[in-house]
Amino acid sequence: MKLEASAVEKWYLRGNGESNRFFAVTKTDLALEPGEVTVLTGRSGSGKTTLMNIMAGLLTPDGGRVMLDGQDLYAMKDDELSRLRNRLFGMIPQGADVLPELTVKENIILPQRIYRSRSRGSFSDDDERENEGLLSERCMSLLEQMEISHLCDARAKELSGGERRRMCIARALAGDPKFLFADEPTSDLDDDNTRIILSMLRETADSSCAVMIVSHDAEAGEYADTEWRMDGGTLKKR
Amino acid sequence: MDIRKLPFVNLLRRPGRTFSLLLLTAFLALSVFGGSVIVMSMKRGLNNLESRLGADIIVVPSSAQSKVSFKNMLLQGTTGAFYMSGENLTRTLEVEGVEKAAPQLFLSSLKADCCSIRIQIIGIDPETDFIIQPWIEESCQSRLGDMDVVAGCDVGVNASDTLKIYDEPCHVIGKLAATGTGLDSAVYCSMETMNKLLKAAEAKGITHEITSEDEGLVSAIYVKVKEGCDIGKVNSAIQGHTRKASAVRTKSMITDVSDSLSGVSRTVTWLIAVVWILSFVILLIVFFMIANERKKEFALLRLLGTSRAILGSVVRKEAAVCSLAGGLTGVALSALGLFPFTGLIEKSLGLPYLTPDVSTILLTALLTVAGTVLVGSMASFWSAARLSKVDPGRVLRGN
Ligand SMILES: Nc1ncnc2c1ncn2[C@@H]1O[C@H](COP(=O)(O)OP(=O)(O)OP(=O)(O)O)[C@@H](O)[C@H]1O
Ligand SMILES: [Mg+2]
Repeated sequence: MKLEASAVEKWYLRGNGESNRFFAVTKTDLALEPGEVTVLTGRSGSGKTTLMNIMAGLLTPDGGRVMLDGQDLYAMKDDELSRLRNRLFGMIPQGADVLPELTVKENIILPQRIYRSRSRGSFSDDDERENEGLLSERCMSLLEQMEISHLCDARAKELSGGERRRMCIARALAGDPKFLFADEPTSDLDDDNTRIILSMLRETADSSCAVMIVSHDAEAGEYADTEWRMDGGTLKKR
Repeated sequence: MDIRKLPFVNLLRRPGRTFSLLLLTAFLALSVFGGSVIVMSMKRGLNNLESRLGADIIVVPSSAQSKVSFKNMLLQGTTGAFYMSGENLTRTLEVEGVEKAAPQLFLSSLKADCCSIRIQIIGIDPETDFIIQPWIEESCQSRLGDMDVVAGCDVGVNASDTLKIYDEPCHVIGKLAATGTGLDSAVYCSMETMNKLLKAAEAKGITHEITSEDEGLVSAIYVKVKEGCDIGKVNSAIQGHTRKASAVRTKSMITDVSDSLSGVSRTVTWLIAVVWILSFVILLIVFFMIANERKKEFALLRLLGTSRAILGSVVRKEAAVCSLAGGLTGVALSALGLFPFTGLIEKSLGLPYLTPDVSTILLTALLTVAGTVLVGSMASFWSAARLSKVDPGRVLRGN
């Protein structure tokens, strides 16, 4: 499975008038492959998040295509694309966004229960219960690895910034994605936690997942197979 | 936790927001249901009055006008202590075009031990009466005999009970259907029975405006005009032929009232329409504001792989559940405020007020709740649909 962006670009209008097009991402090619960690660095405002969102099927590019095994993500129907992203993609958004009223555990489990909700599908009751148990176990073990298992029943809105970010990481990993997009996953974490998270992301890649990390952390480079640098919307290999 | 539970969790964990929405939809349902029931009750009361009223003309003593107005007598069933000579009955019958004339004698209201309300006793002539007797329900005999009475629906007795008036046992031969007027608390008996009751009262030292010695007095004469005769002409003829009495046409009075009632019901209908439109606009604005506040929440759900359709159904379900609860609350509150107080409403309206039957009320309630849910869901869906057109990656950027 390979995710390939070819000649994607994204521009916004700045100020007034058509003439003031501002390119957040200029014609860019990028490929993500299973087993590889791709790290993207660059100054603030250079277009990293924009590119990552385009790769993750979350932002329609103004030019170019993003292909997954020959399928153009942005030519798919919303329903198909959503389902595909739910099943194959994991996303850790830069804002560490959460559903504030849900508990940590609910936040992590919900994405896995959008299409596979209980008593829908062909599972028998026993299978259901087993599934439910497995998911819950998976969730708890992720939280333990992130060292926030004691918070599993806390409302997400009560968490600190770093706790929230780690929760988002657990949420993205819970579905065993084939593509993981991590937008500054370690930005508000201490050194110990940064190391824990980065090595977890590395392990995830090693179990045949394609991992894309946007990071300012010099340490991230140590875990990378490929390193890119974004500069004013242009991608350069480092 | 799964996506189908999410709407309920969202509602329960944001009680303040949920409560405000509930209040808004409850207000919508309350005004619509309440308004409709009141209008229907007034219409029903008047229709009932029209079909109940067999008389074309009523003749009362001239002095009565200063005590109660014709309008009150007719619409509210108000009676009073006013009397005229029985001669007027004979004179009325002499007038060309009069088919039937039935006298009634009003005795001022009294407190009977049977009931909490004051009842009024009305004497009728079973031989000539065409006003009350056709309406006797569940009766074994249709004519009032000696010491027989017919009770209005608010009098706390049943057919074939015995009702004691001044310690005289009276046999209740029937009950009248509800009229939504003061007549619901009246007891009808023959003139002879009335005389006996007066004697019993006098024996106990209770006095009335009339005594058992007064022969042939009447309070009102109900007149039916022959088919094909001009009621207006008959009315003036009676007016001229009787002494110290005034005659009034009933139908024209009812028509006046029913005209003004249809005006009222038009106004209420408009008000209801305005309430709906206003509520819809307010709901739209509220949902619009809520959706804006929840923009990130919705975008995050999309980011996690929720399709537009599923997100739409989450939002719709939330709104539907909330407006269902609001609709039910509104209807319940409205029912609590209306049904226990029909008597009060009847008095303050000064019109016959008959609550529609249960099935009509249930249907109205159902339509009101369904309408509320529809309006709520539409308003929320529109704002959610608008939001989910935007790429989640555009909404969720950094902080
Ligand atoms: N919706 C938008 N409208 C206008 N400009 C936008 C929009 N989204 C992004 N931009 C602009 O595009 C540029 C790239 O934004 P992007 O979020 O990709 O930067 P970034 O490299 O992730 O920065 P940071 O490191 O601060 O997160 C920025 O200059 C930003 O102002
Ligand atoms: Mg960014």
